[in-house]
Amino acid sequence: MTAFTEFPPNGAYGSLRRKEDARFIRGRGTYVDDIQLPGMLHGAVLRSPLAHARITSIDTLAAQAHPKVRAVITGETLAGRGLAWMPTLSQDVQAVLATDKVRFQGQEVAFVVAEDRYAARDALELIDVTYEPLEPVVDARRALDPGAPLIRDDVAGQADNRIFCWEAGDRAATDAVFAAADVVLAQDMLYPRVHPAPLETCGTVADMDPVSGKLTVWSTSQAPHAHRTLYALVTGLPEHKIRIISPDIGGGFGNKVGIYPGYVCAIVGSILTGQPVKWMEDRSENLMSTSFARDYHMRGEIAAARDGRILGLRVKVLADHGAFNGAAQPTKFPAGFFSVFTGSYDLRAAHCEVTGVYTNKAPGGVAYSCSFRITEAVYLVERMVDLLARELGADPARLRMDNLLQPAQFPYTSATGWEYDSGDYPRALRLALEMAGYDELRREQAAERERYAQRGREAEQPGTLTGIGISFFTEAVGAGPRAHMDILGLGMADGADLRVYPTGKAVLAISVQTQGQGHETTFAQIVAGELGISPDDVEVVHGDTDRTPFGLGTYGSRSTPVSGAAAAVVARKVRERARTVAAAMLEAAPEDLEWAGGRWQVRGDPDQGKNIAEIAMAAHSGLELPTGVEGHLDASAVYNPPNLTYPFGAYVCVVDVDPGTGKVSVRRFVAVDDCGVRINPMIVEGQVHGGLADGLGMALMQAITFDPEGNCLGGSFMDYLLPTSMECPSWELGATVTPSPHHPIGAKGVGESATVGSPAAVVNAVVDALAPLGVRHADMPLTPAVVWRAIQGRPLRTDLAVP
Amino acid sequence: MRVTMSVNDRECLAEVEPRLLLIHFLRDQLGLTGSHWGCDTSNCGACVVWLDETPVKSCTVLTAMADGHRVRTVEGLARGGELDPVQQGFAECHGLQCGFCTPGMMMTARWLLDHNLDPSPAEIREALSGQICRCTGYENIVRSIRWAAEREAADRDRLAGGDGDDGDDGDHGPEVAG
Repeated sequence: MTAFTEFPPNGAYGSLRRKEDARFIRGRGTYVDDIQLPGMLHGAVLRSPLAHARITSIDTLAAQAHPKVRAVITGETLAGRGLAWMPTLSQDVQAVLATDKVRFQGQEVAFVVAEDRYAARDALELIDVTYEPLEPVVDARRALDPGAPLIRDDVAGQADNRIFCWEAGDRAATDAVFAAADVVLAQDMLYPRVHPAPLETCGTVADMDPVSGKLTVWSTSQAPHAHRTLYALVTGLPEHKIRIISPDIGGGFGNKVGIYPGYVCAIVGSILTGQPVKWMEDRSENLMSTSFARDYHMRGEIAAARDGRILGLRVKVLADHGAFNGAAQPTKFPAGFFSVFTGSYDLRAAHCEVTGVYTNKAPGGVAYSCSFRITEAVYLVERMVDLLARELGADPARLRMDNLLQPAQFPYTSATGWEYDSGDYPRALRLALEMAGYDELRREQAAERERYAQRGREAEQPGTLTGIGISFFTEAVGAGPRAHMDILGLGMADGADLRVYPTGKAVLAISVQTQGQGHETTFAQIVAGELGISPDDVEVVHGDTDRTPFGLGTYGSRSTPVSGAAAAVVARKVRERARTVAAAMLEAAPEDLEWAGGRWQVRGDPDQGKNIAEIAMAAHSGLELPTGVEGHLDASAVYNPPNLTYPFGAYVCVVDVDPGTGKVSVRRFVAVDDCGVRINPMIVEGQVHGGLADGLGMALMQAITFDPEGNCLGGSFMDYLLPTSMECPSWELGATVTPSPHHPIGAKGVGESATVGSPAAVVNAVVDALAPLGVRHADMPLTPAVVWRAIQGRPLRTDLAVP
Repeated sequence: MRVTMSVNDRECLAEVEPRLLLIHFLRDQLGLTGSHWGCDTSNCGACVVWLDETPVKSCTVLTAMADGHRVRTVEGLARGGELDPVQQGFAECHGLQCGFCTPGMMMTARWLLDHNLDPSPAEIREALSGQICRCTGYENIVRSIRWAAEREAADRDRLAGGDGDDGDDGDHGPEVAG
């Protein structure tokens, strides 16, 4: 790892203030809904009020007669163009507009194009749809019951609601470990359905130019290039005649990876009317119909020796994918990267089995800062480890410390086949415990419990109970090696183009798309570090398929691991080219030059050197270059990562639980993250802050639930509760740095680490607080009602509104 | 119906539908796209603007209700070409990521600092409690507003310690909790 001693290179790394903020603090960002085009029309979607019903008729005459309506599109209109159905990211199909049945509440049934957004909404009221209600499948656990209503009767050969059965690990070896183990524990747990709910909803402005045949689409897209390819495949339009512009994005978190029916309808609307069409969903539409996340019903089992050595893990998962399998993940991984569930421990064997089922709920499946299901995996293993500690009477910190992978074991191949690149886990956990004052916290808790026991829970004011929760997580981000990872056949490699202009100013074009991650700053720092110039002298171009190289986009914390690597590699190519030019300038052989202090200089003669600005001017001048060396100073690169990167961290959460009301307050949260080399620590910490808030929200407040008829009960921010400044504590962050050995600058991804790692810490803390009351487990979200019912010994099912 | 109002100190007169929401009027008709629409239910605060001297959620205010009043949006936060200390604080302290909630957050923050010169972190959190940020976990927003408060205190001290002729802070009124 000596290659990393020079980082940060020449001061380019560090907590630079963000370039993009200049526009945002002035209210001058450009989000999709800010786009106004001459003659632009507005679209609105009519949605199904029922979860499962056959459509018997759709009457659009009255809507078409509305004076401001320009087009009404139904499934029939689309079917005529072969667009009634579109492929999902998981080898399934999804209805763009329903033709036969509606399969979830909020499903798209018709699309109105009108002169303004209010008129479009008015016209929806004029469409008359008659439905023949069908029995819905709402409870995932009943989806495979004999006689359960068949949701996907559109799929030839589909006889039940099963989507897939997938397993990983060694079943026989795991069973053997369990059979021989001293201690075996099992626990059912639910990771409820949640929604990423970026503050900006999804939307698009589609503009088909009837003369040039060019389609321009402004879209809230985390993956503009993938969208372009998909549109080309779905619509038959030539790919080079499609331009996707993803302008400023108001948060994505996975919600803006997929293509939604409204996008396709807006495009069709523009083709039909010959005018640009804007469609922006409202908040209810966002929460009810676009990509949800999680919805994993898990049964975990852990095997250990009496002395606390963890030996094996076994998991069965029932995965609720909703009405269409729209999960976004690499093709070979139908359960995402869930099989990394062995976490941060050295196990002898592990096995998981995941069954995906259809239900009458919105499609989606992998979204929301989850690194392709590692949220679920980490939650599972970290809850199981806490349950084991409880069973053995062991301290959960001690038990983890005794079982963590040791630095000397890296690179480490897990029991389910993942190759962890680097880590010093005990160091991170020690730091987190130290920052939290863990031992002192435990002493205070013991004293409090004693007082509580003496006073008794029947006392008038029993007071609150302190809970201390730990989680240790290992992430696997930066998908991925193209031989193993693709989406719709597109290998997950990303390009970068770099041009240095005559005065030494550079423009970097990248394939990934920021939704707030600060790429314009961080990527400039990467290039600046490689070329010895100021980050101010590097402009980052992104979010426009006409101006950037192909790549798969930003999700799964992959920007820095993949595209960041591409930026470093392309800058090194330019630097090598600069070497040739510098050699010509200095009348030396290229091999006699060394890169030092941000310039090429003659080895042993530092006075003889040229910086990038000087070299760039020469490269564009009349200077005679060696034969075969082109002028100018630019390069392209495609980065195909050799492996994922494996960031990790140790989190400690302290909560106060009121056993009388079930209310949980998070008193403190300590987070130590190791994401390798930090290019901009300020931005890294900001992302960790945001992820912690998300994790707290999922643990305590957020869930998309359904009533027995399949009505979505999380359709507004009145019902789907997100954490505010009042629920969030002042986060306490720590860092260790273990560079990735295979990444060009030693960096790993970090965008989702905190979302992945924090829910388990919060839940472990709450359950720890309730331990004196005999509570062993409670499912998220730990609302007052859920906690109170857990204390009563009558746990609530948190996915369904059933008594 | 016809409405007249002052928006960022400019008089405007417009013909609008009675049902038109203020946020849509500002964004679609005046082109002031700095204020954002986020939720419809007054929960997220991305649409916060000032109506006269009070922050309001403009997704639940009819344009007609602003008739005859003054509206101030994020575009009117900077004065005389100089950024408001709140704007500077957000950039200095990484108080934003995607930037979507930021205008609303800053409008509330400006109001808070006009009414409480030295808010504690708890008071800042209380003031922001009706708004949602999905990116920052709020910590850096609190720091940003503290930065602005300290910056303004330093400015006041400098004025008071300088020639002393215009050093009172009478405009700001007494301190009240947010």
